[in-house]
Amino acid sequence: MEKKESFINQIGRARRAEFAIETLIRTLGFSSIGFVLLIFFFLLREGLPVFFEVRPGNLFSTQWYPTFDLYGTLPLILGSVLVTVTAVAIALPLGVATAVFVREVAPGWAREVLKPMIEVLAGIPSVVLGFFGMTLVAPLIRETLRVPTGLTAFTGALLLAYMALPTIISVAEDALDAVPKGYRDAALAMGATRWQTIWRVVVPAARSGIVTAVMLGMGRAIGETMAVMMVTGNAARMPLTADSLLRPVRTMTATIAAEMGEVAQGSVHYHALFGIGIVLFLLTFLINLAAASTIFKKRRRGGLR
Amino acid sequence: MVEQPPKIRIHDVSYAYGDRQALRNVTLDVPSKAVTVLFGPAGSGKTTMLRLINRLNDLVDNTRMSGRILLDGQDVYAPGVDVTALRRRVGMVFALPLPLPGTVRENVLYGPKLAGVREQSRLDEALQRSLTQAALWDEVKDRLDDPARALSGGQQQRLCIARSLALEPEVLLLDEPTSGLDPISTGKVEASLLDLKKEYTIIIIPHSVQQAARVADCAAFFLMGELIEYRAGREIFTTPCDQRTEDYVTGRFG
Amino acid sequence: MQRIGFVLLVLAALVVVLPILFVVGAIVVRGIGAVSWEFLSAMPRDGMKAGGILPAIVGTLLLTLGTALAAIPVGVGGAIYLSEYAADIWLTRAIRLAIINLAGIPSVVYGLFGLGLFVLFLQFGTSILAGSLTLAIMTLPIIISAAEEALRAVPTEFRTVSTSLGGTRWQGIRYIVLPQALPGIITGLILGLLRAAGETAPILFTVAAFFLPRLPHSPLDQTMALPYHLYVISTQVPGMPVDVQYGTALVLLALVLSMNVAATLIRSYYRRRRQW
Repeated sequence: MEKKESFINQIGRARRAEFAIETLIRTLGFSSIGFVLLIFFFLLREGLPVFFEVRPGNLFSTQWYPTFDLYGTLPLILGSVLVTVTAVAIALPLGVATAVFVREVAPGWAREVLKPMIEVLAGIPSVVLGFFGMTLVAPLIRETLRVPTGLTAFTGALLLAYMALPTIISVAEDALDAVPKGYRDAALAMGATRWQTIWRVVVPAARSGIVTAVMLGMGRAIGETMAVMMVTGNAARMPLTADSLLRPVRTMTATIAAEMGEVAQGSVHYHALFGIGIVLFLLTFLINLAAASTIFKKRRRGGLR
Repeated sequence: MVEQPPKIRIHDVSYAYGDRQALRNVTLDVPSKAVTVLFGPAGSGKTTMLRLINRLNDLVDNTRMSGRILLDGQDVYAPGVDVTALRRRVGMVFALPLPLPGTVRENVLYGPKLAGVREQSRLDEALQRSLTQAALWDEVKDRLDDPARALSGGQQQRLCIARSLALEPEVLLLDEPTSGLDPISTGKVEASLLDLKKEYTIIIIPHSVQQAARVADCAAFFLMGELIEYRAGREIFTTPCDQRTEDYVTGRFG
Repeated sequence: MQRIGFVLLVLAALVVVLPILFVVGAIVVRGIGAVSWEFLSAMPRDGMKAGGILPAIVGTLLLTLGTALAAIPVGVGGAIYLSEYAADIWLTRAIRLAIINLAGIPSVVYGLFGLGLFVLFLQFGTSILAGSLTLAIMTLPIIISAAEEALRAVPTEFRTVSTSLGGTRWQGIRYIVLPQALPGIITGLILGLLRAAGETAPILFTVAAFFLPRLPHSPLDQTMALPYHLYVISTQVPGMPVDVQYGTALVLLALVLSMNVAATLIRSYYRRRRQW
């Protein structure tokens, strides 16, 4: 507080500390980009060789039997697609309806009960859900649907649907929340009932946000590992027949998780599993990129950053 | 005011936020130890003018500035200027009372502590002196460790003045400091200002023409980023030279 | 029409919520019998069919601690950058995109990455260190997003006031913004760590020991962990007593849900108390 100090100071120790801290924070800020690149690099490093070691015809065949050097990834990819699409098909209507209920209809107390419950669901570890699915859901499915085993694609999809629900519900809720209140008032003022207002005005206005919800839910489902591995039976067969949903299936994630523990480092099989990792990385990258582009668009419309 | 050199010289300052021109070729000498009033309609550039003097607009992205602002003859925008030291010399009070989280004491001593003052005696002295100068000491001397939020609006605003004074600034910038206050609190703040000008150079944006007329030693009328009229004394409110000033002070504006 | 619609909405909400109650209820009811002091504090015996699950509990706690140590500075620092320093330029967009992508990468792919980088390339071996670092990177996006939100919730005016009083940008962050955002940041940290504590796939190839009835001595040791242990005893060991499985599931669930509750309590307590 020297009264007459000049404000043209030398760059002092405090300034240097400030500079050091800012540099550190900047570095930490950029680190996320570094991690993404690092992950991609190590996946490529360990996984790219498979594309030279195995003929493309083999890689995209329908037989995955690594012991016999058969690395057909099609059944795994289709298995993932089948389980994921079914899961989203189950979760989307449930999730959107729940979000609409929570945001537009539910009385205060119901909201207070529902929100924490959904947070609990988001917090249940995947392996616990898988265990639950194995011991209780699978037998139930076997008996009610009269199939030889309860470990089916459908069982996996059902669990995945519940794992994707918290994501879908929260994103859909945000989307409904972003619909201007004026839309609702205008619709009600024109004589629409609350139901008509919700279904004809609010939900359509939240459409792009709901699309984002689907994308993120899908990203979550396709990458899910433990629960799926524990309840889908893990048979690497082409899920092309009509009853595929009710038969065992094997996903990409389950394949990696189940087999990586037993392969020799540097073997073709090892490279092949990393190759599946590359496919998963790129798939989720694209899905999230698509979801993010809608988020960024919304940000720009909203002004401020 | 004639015998002393001006405390602040604003020379041909223009300023723009992106495409929007906020100030155009403003030249203005601010006399030492007096109250200078910047007034004009909303959006006339007076707040921008104020925030340029202590370089608070450095925080805003995408702006352009030309011209010079001299404090005691030193260009505040010259390279190598320690901006934090500048801001300690040029205090600022905002339109709304903005106490920081924490107690009355923590609020007042925030600036001195950042400036590196450690001795308890100096801190205690600064606390009592600045609260007294802001005409708040008697009301809060028993509540120094209460949350600042617990004070009334008028007290909070005087706390904010005290918080600036704790740094022993030379210049005090006040941006509509009474806009959120009731008439009684406004009276107290104005009274403390008239006291403070014995030691400080004060630049204030009043929240009404009446307030401008009450406190001004010099007054500058801004309109759409331009300085229309600038005169010592209060004649600008009774016998303005410019038609636009007259329209504004007589309430015929717009 | 309106009535049918609302009934459908209620049904949907029930279909979502009731199974959650059922899962938690079933695991509590069937598992509570197995949980005893011995179960929590003893080494496993008889091929894990008897005794306790102490090494798995300790392993999970150590992994969570390691994750916290690695993820907190990076995550909070990254959030401070995004909230307080970053201008809206393409680089910032790239960072946000990277965070969104980190959040979307499948957990088993994190496992592959951890295997490739930490276990093999950096030669940490399958170890607590390798697993913690893998989990830390996986948790990062959750921590960054939550912390950034908490920082942004602090009113801009506080920063302006701090600046006007001669504070540098960092001083404003250090003395005003961070303390005010702390409860929100802590909530986010707990939610991130809870994910790490419950994950299995990232530790499959980086940490986990199938059966290791002793406590780890160093960060370079392998360890058992609760989620992996549950996986092992429910799929890999034939003839496992059901109550041991449910007991393990219950302990894991209780650990994770209590962290969840703690986060919720901290959030609502400070939301009521804050001064702005």
